[in-house]
Amino acid sequence: MGNIIEVRDVVKEYRLGAIGGGTLRGDMQSFFARVRGKEDPNLKIGVDQSHLNERFRALDGVSFDVKKGDAVGLIGGNGAGKSTMLKLLSQITAPTAGEIMLEGRVASMLEVGTGFHPELTGRENVYLNGAILGMSKSEISKKFDEIVEFSEVSKFIDTPVKRYSSGMYVKLAFSVAAHLDSEIMIMDEVLAVGDAAFQQKCITKMCEEANSGGRTILYVSHNMNTVRQLCNRTVVLDKGRKIFDGDVEGGIEKYLDNQSYEQKLFNDYTNMTRLKHLEKQRDADLISSEILNKDSCVFENGEKIVFRLNWQQNKSLGDVFARIEIRYRDDSPVGASLCNEKLNKTDEKNHSNVLSFDVSSLAAGEYKAMIVLYELNSFGAKNDLDAAWPAFSFTKEVSDNNIVWNGRYWGYNRFPDIEVL
Amino acid sequence: MEENNPKRIYIRPKSGRFNLNIKELWRYRDLIALFVRRTFVAQYKQTVLGPAWAVIQPLFTTVIFTVVFGNVAKLDTGGVPHFVFYMCSNVLWCYFSACLTTTANTFTANSAILGKVYFPRLVMPVSSVLSGLISYAIQMVFFLIIWAVYLIKGTSGIHATWALVLVPLMIIETSMLGLGCGIIISALTTKYRDLAMLVNFGVQLWMYASPVAYGSSQISGGLKKIFMLNPMAPILDTYRYAFFGGETGIPWNYLIISACVTAVVLVIGIALFSRVEKTFTDTI
Repeated sequence: MGNIIEVRDVVKEYRLGAIGGGTLRGDMQSFFARVRGKEDPNLKIGVDQSHLNERFRALDGVSFDVKKGDAVGLIGGNGAGKSTMLKLLSQITAPTAGEIMLEGRVASMLEVGTGFHPELTGRENVYLNGAILGMSKSEISKKFDEIVEFSEVSKFIDTPVKRYSSGMYVKLAFSVAAHLDSEIMIMDEVLAVGDAAFQQKCITKMCEEANSGGRTILYVSHNMNTVRQLCNRTVVLDKGRKIFDGDVEGGIEKYLDNQSYEQKLFNDYTNMTRLKHLEKQRDADLISSEILNKDSCVFENGEKIVFRLNWQQNKSLGDVFARIEIRYRDDSPVGASLCNEKLNKTDEKNHSNVLSFDVSSLAAGEYKAMIVLYELNSFGAKNDLDAAWPAFSFTKEVSDNNIVWNGRYWGYNRFPDIEVL
Repeated sequence: MEENNPKRIYIRPKSGRFNLNIKELWRYRDLIALFVRRTFVAQYKQTVLGPAWAVIQPLFTTVIFTVVFGNVAKLDTGGVPHFVFYMCSNVLWCYFSACLTTTANTFTANSAILGKVYFPRLVMPVSSVLSGLISYAIQMVFFLIIWAVYLIKGTSGIHATWALVLVPLMIIETSMLGLGCGIIISALTTKYRDLAMLVNFGVQLWMYASPVAYGSSQISGGLKKIFMLNPMAPILDTYRYAFFGGETGIPWNYLIISACVTAVVLVIGIALFSRVEKTFTDTI
């Protein structure tokens, strides 16, 4: 079968820095100053301007083809160019160079409920949203009952959507998009809506459409599980370039390898970006950690991770404890370990503790650890002081290598072996 | 790649080419209708008076004009009762001003939706012009009732003329001129927001330069030639002549110039608009 999407050497360039002076007057001033060879009056003194004319390539010569009926997962880290690619494919913006060919109607769902108007009723919004997505009135009328039934909000269809709960809102919006009669569907993580049951329903619906309906799907997500369920092929992007094009598991593997965090014995946290609620003011700061008992970050069964944790308190604190949260390399949570002994034996500013943590229960694989420092105050309330994510990364090796650990279904927690009595 | 398959869409770097895709716009006619409906319904939802608000605004302006220009300044209206004289021009000007200001904000006001989904960008300004037409129609019904009362009473200065057949043409030209100016501004404001600041103010100045609050018979001499080059001036004159008659007649020469100016403005507007529509999401 022929290609339904052909992407050829597509480049999308953005100018860094602010676009223009923002006002016509400012731009004219700068322009005339340049003509007369004078210094631009709008330049900030002492600010390096060289980066302003730099161009940034969000996409740098990407090519791929999609055949009819394919469900392609477009994956990659943040800033890889996935969203830019989707914007180009859905004709929201034009490429700087290259060409894209699409055969057939495109329905793009970069957001659910685009154009929903809060004052209009559910019914009116179904028509409006459908028309925005490219359906004609008669097409929507034909599918209206189906849409409403799928959305599970039929009781409220004549109520203005501003009275809807946010869940009902996205359910209705998704249903409209899911019933589009288009050859190509472009989706940007929109399946992450509604409750778990509805999400599953959406994925099932999409799978049906792709398999029997002959629809072509292009799906962008960070959620590898939905990519596995929905897609039969993946294209992996990194820094604007295509680094993989092929089967799903291979693509996910490539993506995770690319994402993997450098395994170091010593990790400095002083300049690390913190989680949002800890960004501004902290009563304590994690400074660094260093693994003491090994030369590399590879651990085997029976081994413990022994590491030194340096931190400082910025004010007088109650009892401070540490927690280690372990996640698999695709960021899916595995487990956590608590520390029942307080870390601050004195009230000095700087503290250094040596901690030990047993990794026997982990299956073979790469893991990332988060260290959380928390305080128990006199009322027994827990208060997070600081968290480092990822604090360090390590590999667990298990000697019985003839068994491939199927973490996707088994999880990454390996319990002690079964005993035959 | 074969070029002639009609189902194929090619996405390429933007070119300076003038492309007005009327066929595509027509395919999205249902969307235009729904946008018009959305604007209208949403505007008057949860209001007690509902669409009556469409009448109240020009009504009050007319009352003020009647008091200020008619009774205080005592401007000559050619024997036409002041209220109906001002009402007539005000209704048309309100429509023009609505067309211009709403289309001028097309990109900035709708950036959220335009940044997420593709449809022919011209759908937005066209639907703005059409939803303005609904308000205009309501106001027009109101005006026609008052006008008919005067006409039946046989008030001097009010005569229905054959030029009434030109009224629909005047309305179309007004909307085209408003659309043209509006999309020029909207295309320019994707990069420079300055013009957006100027729009409301500029439209107000333009109103005083047009025969809205006075008849163009008030202007004479060399100034009149320049005055009549304002494309709205002959439109308003013709429109008013249609309802009231009078010795001024229809300024045919200026009306033709006005039509040409409108056509040029509209073409420039569409050209500019199609230039920016492909990449405006990057700069807005």
